[in-house]
Amino acid sequence: MKSYTYYPGCSSEATAVGLDISARSVAEALGMELKELEDWNCCGSTPYGSLDELEAIVVAARNLALAEKTGLDLVTPCSACFVTLNKARVHMMEKPQLKAKVNEALAAANLEYKGTVKVRLLIEALMADITTQQIAAKVKNPLKGLKIAPYTGCQEVRPRFGFDHPENPVALDSIVEVLGAEVVPYPSKCKCCGGSAVIAEEGLTLELMYRLLDDATKNGAQCIVTPCPLCQMNLDAYQGKVNSKFNAKFNLPVLFVTQLIGVALGLKGDKLGLNKNIINPNKVLAKYL
Amino acid sequence: MGKTQAMNFVNEVSQVPGGEGVNLCMQCGTCTASCPSAKIWEFTPSEIIAMVRADMRDEVLSSSSMWCCLSCYSCTVRCPRDVKPTNLFHSLESLAIKHGYKPQNTNTPAMYNSFVKSIKKNGRVSEFNMMMGYYLSTNPFAALGMMSVAWNLLSHGRMPLSARKIKGKNDLDKIIKKLEDIRGDQ
Repeated sequence: MKSYTYYPGCSSEATAVGLDISARSVAEALGMELKELEDWNCCGSTPYGSLDELEAIVVAARNLALAEKTGLDLVTPCSACFVTLNKARVHMMEKPQLKAKVNEALAAANLEYKGTVKVRLLIEALMADITTQQIAAKVKNPLKGLKIAPYTGCQEVRPRFGFDHPENPVALDSIVEVLGAEVVPYPSKCKCCGGSAVIAEEGLTLELMYRLLDDATKNGAQCIVTPCPLCQMNLDAYQGKVNSKFNAKFNLPVLFVTQLIGVALGLKGDKLGLNKNIINPNKVLAKYL
Repeated sequence: MGKTQAMNFVNEVSQVPGGEGVNLCMQCGTCTASCPSAKIWEFTPSEIIAMVRADMRDEVLSSSSMWCCLSCYSCTVRCPRDVKPTNLFHSLESLAIKHGYKPQNTNTPAMYNSFVKSIKKNGRVSEFNMMMGYYLSTNPFAALGMMSVAWNLLSHGRMPLSARKIKGKNDLDKIIKKLEDIRGDQ
């Protein structure tokens, strides 16, 4: 059993609690030991860096320094944490003076970041270390006949820390296929859902979401699958708002990829946080649960 | 760095983490063509970069443009000169804040502020506190339009009302305080 330092991220305690629950269950079922990083703090996400880039790096670096002590790879299920922690890591790697300054600040709490931590996405670690063959071997309920629109989102592939093609990601497709489900191609697969702009620029983001939901539905998808907490929250919790604004009738469940894997592995709904989904997925998944 | 000092704006930007690529831009417009939010930018992504290069410091830093960036990184993967525009726009945001600019026609800075306040208070973001802070600092009545979404999240156990504080909150404070003391002009 391979061990990892697990960094859940703040959304795992709230809007993406279903991601955290399912990530832990699936990891256990597939033989990954996740040891939660002791007393982690928020990675800072986009907002912190936008207000104060240097302070944001220092705040992210506390996590990197804590994680480095464990000697294990850090894995996170959250695409945004993945990007933010990696951004801080690379800034320090490329700019020794900046790293020295960060370490001077960290020293105030008796911490030091040497620069050895690997920051990985849980789903990438699943694919690289466990392998899709191993996952396939453990599938108990093949998701035969289930039509899925895979939605990778932006953060996982585009900021150059990703493991997949930035404009034609296929990793998620391969997981969906390994589980026995059918991948639905749709044109807006790589388009942004609007992310956190849903708060301050709701009009624009509802348009972006409408396009995604419309494309996925028109191409026959019965549900959307994503690894990203923000994409899932937007498309799930705001689907009603999209319907109101565009006079539409979408009722498309949006699952975390770890929830989908869990269903195929035969894990029970409560181990996957399926009751946290707003658009109820039970009807679509009934055959496989 | 004030206007009176010798450093021109493009150099100032290039020294903020993320702003390093500003000198590489050749104005091909690929960023603007790739941007899913370009239509709401006051000046388009490529325009705002051109304005940095033209030393239009005030116009850039007071603009709402870069605050419209969704961080989708489409421009970053397509930019033929590796400008990394997404990071560049975020560096412009942080310069604007540092120098006290208050861009009009965008609530994004208020949202970001509320987010960071939540981190500084507890070490982690409480999404509920963040949203409350945001609506109180912008338009409390707009929160009414959010009732359906809030209810969706609350009723599915996805919006805890209480925030959890990390044990190392004092350490985090010390780290941030120390940085303040040593950062100099950065």
